[in-house]
Amino acid sequence: MNVQLRDPKVIMKLSRLGSFHQSRLSFLRSFLNEFKDWDYKRDLFNLDKKGYGTAVYSFKKNNRVYSLVCFANKINDDERSDRVIATKWDAAFTLHDGIPLKKDIERLKNEVPKQEVGRLSYKELTLSRANKSVRVFNHVVESLSNGNQPDLDLLEKVGYLYRTTAVYGSGKFGLADRFRIKNREEINGPFRLEMMLVYLVRQFTFDQVNHVAKNRNPKSAIELDPKICKNLGIGNSTGLGMAPFIVNHPTLLNNWIFCRETALKKIRELKKVNFKDSNLFKECLRNSISNITSWNTESEYQLKKIKLLLKDVRKSINFIENEFNFQKDYPFNELYTWLEEETCEECIEYIVSIMMEPFGEIVEPLITQMSSDEEKYFNIPTDRTVGDLRNILEKKYSNILTINFNEKENYKKFWFISRNKEEPRLADRFEEEGSNLEQPLAIARDIKKLYNKISLSKKTLKLSKFLVDNSELRHVVRRAFINEKFPYSEIQDNTISENIIPIDMLRLKLSFFGALKFDPRSDKWLRICMFQGAPLPNELKDFDEQWVYKSHN
Amino acid sequence: MKSLSEIETTSKRASRAAGFSWGVAEEVAKGIRLLELFGLPGIKNLNQYYKHINKKDFENLSNFKKNNKQNNLDLCPINLGVNFLDQITTLEPLKKITFKKIAYPMLFLPFLSRGSEVIGKKILFTFEKKNFLFNFNVNILSNFSKKEFPSTAKKGEVIFLENKDSFTEKDWKDLYRLSENTFVDETESLKHGAAGAGLTDND
Repeated sequence: MNVQLRDPKVIMKLSRLGSFHQSRLSFLRSFLNEFKDWDYKRDLFNLDKKGYGTAVYSFKKNNRVYSLVCFANKINDDERSDRVIATKWDAAFTLHDGIPLKKDIERLKNEVPKQEVGRLSYKELTLSRANKSVRVFNHVVESLSNGNQPDLDLLEKVGYLYRTTAVYGSGKFGLADRFRIKNREEINGPFRLEMMLVYLVRQFTFDQVNHVAKNRNPKSAIELDPKICKNLGIGNSTGLGMAPFIVNHPTLLNNWIFCRETALKKIRELKKVNFKDSNLFKECLRNSISNITSWNTESEYQLKKIKLLLKDVRKSINFIENEFNFQKDYPFNELYTWLEEETCEECIEYIVSIMMEPFGEIVEPLITQMSSDEEKYFNIPTDRTVGDLRNILEKKYSNILTINFNEKENYKKFWFISRNKEEPRLADRFEEEGSNLEQPLAIARDIKKLYNKISLSKKTLKLSKFLVDNSELRHVVRRAFINEKFPYSEIQDNTISENIIPIDMLRLKLSFFGALKFDPRSDKWLRICMFQGAPLPNELKDFDEQWVYKSHN
Repeated sequence: MKSLSEIETTSKRASRAAGFSWGVAEEVAKGIRLLELFGLPGIKNLNQYYKHINKKDFENLSNFKKNNKQNNLDLCPINLGVNFLDQITTLEPLKKITFKKIAYPMLFLPFLSRGSEVIGKKILFTFEKKNFLFNFNVNILSNFSKKEFPSTAKKGEVIFLENKDSFTEKDWKDLYRLSENTFVDETESLKHGAAGAGLTDND
C-alpha cells in the first residue's frame, strides 16, 4: 500500500499547525537520546546561603565538553518580569563550548547577566535567563527546610521552579555561528544545544532549591524527592519573537514537517502491527489523558480546545478499545482515516504524535534529516520563465490565490520590528503607525501580488528579465522556487488577516521543541513547560523512552 | 567580535532602510556575510556606500553588452551585481565584459563569487591592476593587499575562465609516475579472478 503524504494545503494551515503536539521527533526528546551516554557532572557549585553565585554543569564524551555556566543573582520582586523587555533576571545562563577557564567565568559574569546588551564570544553556544516562580520556589524552600516535601497540588498547577524567557543561539549577541559547529555529529538535529541548556538549567533549579533550604535550616532540611523533581520541568514564556522564524527559514520548516509526515506515512503503510507495538500505542494514549487533565490554563481559547481534545481523545480510546481490531491489515491507516472523519484537528495531530511511540526504527533515522543547509537553496533559478513560476504558484499556492487582498480584513495586520527591543511585533495597520516599515512576512499577500503581476507578463519571459523591473517581488519569487522543491516550506494561510492567531505559529515551533501544556496568556504569547517528566541527569543512561506519557502530573 | 549571523541580519535591515527591496536586501546580506567570512571589508564598504546613496545618483545597469559605457554616473554595485548574477548564464558566452566606473567595487565581488559557482567556472575580475579570482564561491584570491579598498573601479573587466588545468602535461605525468609506485604487479591467477572474470564479452 502506498499512502500519500498529507496535502500541504491542509497541513500547513495555521489552525492545523497550531494543533501540533510533541512527539518522538521533538528536539528535547532527541537531545536526551543523543546525550544519554555522555558523562554528566556538576563541576562547580559556588552559591551563598541565599542561593546566589555561580555554578557549572557539563556533559562530556571523549574530548568534547559542553558546560553550562549559571549565574544566580538577587533581584527585587518589582524587577522580576517575564517580558522580553526585562533587564534583570533571577538567573542567567550560557552554554560554553569546552571547559571554561577562570578568566572565561570572570568574563561571562560581566556579560551573561546583561543578556541582550552583553557580548558573548564564539566560545559560547547558547544564552538564556530565567525567573523563579516565586510562589512555588518559596514554598518548596519553606517545606524542605522544615523537613517536609512540598504540596504536590501546588507543584502540579505550575509544573516548574523557574521559567526561561528566551533561549538564544546561532550567532545572536556574538554567540558562535551555526557553521562553526554544524558538522559535529552530536548536534545533527535542530536546537540541540538550546535543549541542552534548558535541561541543565532544570537541574540547577533543583540543586539551588535544595541548597537554599539546607542553609536555611541545616539541621532539619531534607532534599526534594527525586520523583518530585522528575515531574517538574522548566517553564518558558514565549512571545512573537518565534513567529517570524518559521517564515524566515522555509527549508528548515519543511524538513521538520516533512519528517513528521514521512513518519506518519510509513506508519500508515505498515501492513501488520504486532501486539507489543499496538499495546504500547494504546498504553501511551490512555496514559496521555493525565497530560490533558492536568493541563492548566485560564485562556478561554485554549480551554475550549482542551475540552474538545479531551472529548475526542476519550472517544478515540473508546473506539480503539471496543471497536477496533489491530489484527487487520494496515491498522494505523484505518485508524487515521477514522480520526480524520470523527475527530477535531487537535485530536488528529495529538494521536498522530502518539502513533510514533512504538516505531523508533521509523522515527530515529528521520531525526538526522530535520536540519537544513539553507544556503543551498538561496539562489533564484533566473533562467526559468514566468510561465514556470506561474505554474508553481497555481499548483502550490492555489488556496492563497483565492484570498481577496482588496478587503480590509485580509490585510489589517502588519509585522514590524520594535525599535526598543529589536523584537518582532504585530499591529493593526489602520490604527498604528509604522506599516511603511513592514517586515516581509506577509507572504500570502505578496504571492498574490506576484501572481497578478506575472499574469500580465509573457510566459516565455526569463525571470532574469522579469526581476529587473519587479525587484519588490524578489523575496517571494525566491520562496516560490523553494516551495517547488520543499512542499511543506510555506504556511498556507494569511499571516496579516484580522483573524490571525499568532500563537498558532508559536505552538507549531514549540511542539517541535517538545513543549507540553501550552498556556496562552493572550493571542500573542504563551507559557509552556519543557522536560516535565523527563529523566534526571543521573538516570540518563537507562530511561524509559515514553517518559512523556508517564509523568504523574 | 560580531557573528556572521549578526552581520547578515544587520546588513539586510540596513539595505532595506537604504531603499532596496527585501529580496535585494537578502542578496546584499548574503554577500556581506561572504566577504566578512573571507576576511574582506564588506561591512566597511557597505557602510560607506550607504552614506553616499542618498546624496549622489548612481546608475543601474541591467541590459549588458560586451563593453558597457554609461553616462557620467557611477554604477550601483548592488544593482549591477544582482542583475549580473541573475543573467550570468546568458552573459557567460561573451567571455569578457567591461564596465566603466563601478562604485564601491568591493560590493560587486560576492555576486561574482556566487556567479562562479552557478556557471561552474572560475571568474577573473580586474580593475586598475587589481585582480580577483573567484573559485566557485569557495574562496577569492587576490593580489590586493592595501587596507583601503578603492571607492571606484574606473575600468573593470570580468573574464569567464575556461575550465582547464593550471599545470602542464609534463607536471602531471611526473606526478602520476610517482603515484604508480604505490601499485603492485598482479599475478596471472589474480587476473583470472578479477571482476568480470569467466564471462564472455558478448553475454
